[in-house]
Amino acid sequence: MMFNKNLKNILFVATAALILSACSTAKKSGNIDGDVYTGKETVKYLASGVPDRVFFATNKSSLTTASRATLRKQATYLRKNKNLSVTIEGHADERGTREYNLALGERRANAARDYLMTYGISGKRISVISYGKEKPVNPASTPLAWSQNRRSVTVKVN
Amino acid sequence: MKKFVIIAIFNILLIKNSFALIEIDITRGNLDPLPIAISPLHVDIKSESYENIKIKNLGEDISKIIENNFRATGLFDPLKKEAFVQKPDIAHLKPRFEDWRLIKAQALVTGKILTVDGKLKVEFRLWDLAAAKEMTALAFTTTPSNWRRVAHIISDKIYERLTGEEGYFDTRIIYVAESGPKNQRIKKLAIMDQDGANTKYLTLGNELVLTPRFNPTNQMVTYMSYFRNMPRVYLLDIETGTQEVVGNFPGMTFAPRFSPDGKKIVMSFAKDGNSDIYTMDLDSRVVERITDHSSIDTSPSFSPDGKFIAFNSDRSGLQQIYVMRSDGSGVKRITFGNGIYGTPVWSPRGDLIAFTKMRKGRFYIGVMRIDGSGERLLTENYYQEAPSWSPNGRVLVFYRETKSGSKGEGFSAKLWSIDITGYNERRLKTESDASDPSWSSLLSK
Repeated sequence: MMFNKNLKNILFVATAALILSACSTAKKSGNIDGDVYTGKETVKYLASGVPDRVFFATNKSSLTTASRATLRKQATYLRKNKNLSVTIEGHADERGTREYNLALGERRANAARDYLMTYGISGKRISVISYGKEKPVNPASTPLAWSQNRRSVTVKVN
Repeated sequence: MKKFVIIAIFNILLIKNSFALIEIDITRGNLDPLPIAISPLHVDIKSESYENIKIKNLGEDISKIIENNFRATGLFDPLKKEAFVQKPDIAHLKPRFEDWRLIKAQALVTGKILTVDGKLKVEFRLWDLAAAKEMTALAFTTTPSNWRRVAHIISDKIYERLTGEEGYFDTRIIYVAESGPKNQRIKKLAIMDQDGANTKYLTLGNELVLTPRFNPTNQMVTYMSYFRNMPRVYLLDIETGTQEVVGNFPGMTFAPRFSPDGKKIVMSFAKDGNSDIYTMDLDSRVVERITDHSSIDTSPSFSPDGKFIAFNSDRSGLQQIYVMRSDGSGVKRITFGNGIYGTPVWSPRGDLIAFTKMRKGRFYIGVMRIDGSGERLLTENYYQEAPSWSPNGRVLVFYRETKSGSKGEGFSAKLWSIDITGYNERRLKTESDASDPSWSSLLSK
């Protein structure tokens, strides 16, 4: 009986440890909220404090709160640099059909463009191009890589 | 004594069957392929060679191509040549049927090669061994450099005679040849014979190219290119190498396909985050908008009579397959199963639509009736998509990618084919990695 109780405790501790370690790895390697990437690993900067890219959920082109904050920084930067034009590149992850992903990349790039335009940036300064799933930034076949690849990237043209 | 009895029984069975000509039921998966003997063609010349082609070897070489074609169908079991009981020239005149039956062949192909004024003359005969009858005999005259095509044309004639359906051997496949690391892929248009021979590269790899598709009526191709970083649909004449942009769209055009009469291209045009389907008439250059919806409408494919277009759209949330009249009216969703559906491609016979299905992280190639009923999933894998039909509507070719490691290692893209029965899945050999295959019509039709 005593032995049984001990065993139970040991099991309980072991399970708790497993759960904890699972949590910590998810947090650490993850940087994913829902399935939108929230980390900085692949991010570059248009200028100090102005990230060049925003990330999307699977099959979605809606902007998250964090994405909108990034785009507002881009808009501020573009307002200060009036002669600058940009191209927004839209991308998808590898887990969809090629043609649909081309359309999805275009829709994502335009979601970012539309947002910049609502913050006063002329559409004439922003061109878009979709690469679909053709240009992954992370070539791994993992949920993390896919989340980093579902992105739109603002690139300076001149 | 025991052996003798077995042979005697075997002969009786064959005699009983001998009143019906051999026929193959290709509507079902064939787990019992027909044993066929393909004799080397007899060559009536000693050591002539034309254009560096050794005529002497062609008898053997042509029979090997026919043999490979037949093995690849999964419907036939070409027998080992070591067991053959008669010399090619004698068998071609008239085979000793009972001897060929002893090695369990049910059909026999024989032939003969001659040269006439620098041209190659290839004769062949197809024999029904059970009925002891000649089924077909034909002769072709051509330039020696065409010898591989002759082998494919003969394969088509035999296939037609034995299955009652058109063959698909004298055809080509256009595809995208891939090389380099996964995040810096170099892609070129490539074309090869259906059996993997005669690979030619049509672009140099300087710009990204995607989704080539044959015109079903000639040797024109439509594809998508990022030439000058402007993603557009192009038209390419693979005989002359001339190419041009299709239409004058102020944005990305993609997912092109020809109409069955070869006179129109149907494609998607993306603008302001919205992709719709358009057609362009190649003679008049008139562009028509076919869908007008705030969702993504893409991957259009005409029905063989030209009256309908199947496409995929996410208007209901996720990608599903829809069918509409070719003027855009009467849009009807046809997929309601569990999962996401894309890349509908109408069978050349008109009765089926092939598709890619995504469900729980797995990818399937399947077929369904044109109203979406009778869904059959033919193959499941980590990633595969983009089916294209053989011209007789019996085989699908598609591409499959493997899962890659943390640095992209272990990644590959290959072409595969599968019968619509779900049997006979096999990899098509290509010189490099490959994707986006499109099967041509019969070249000799």
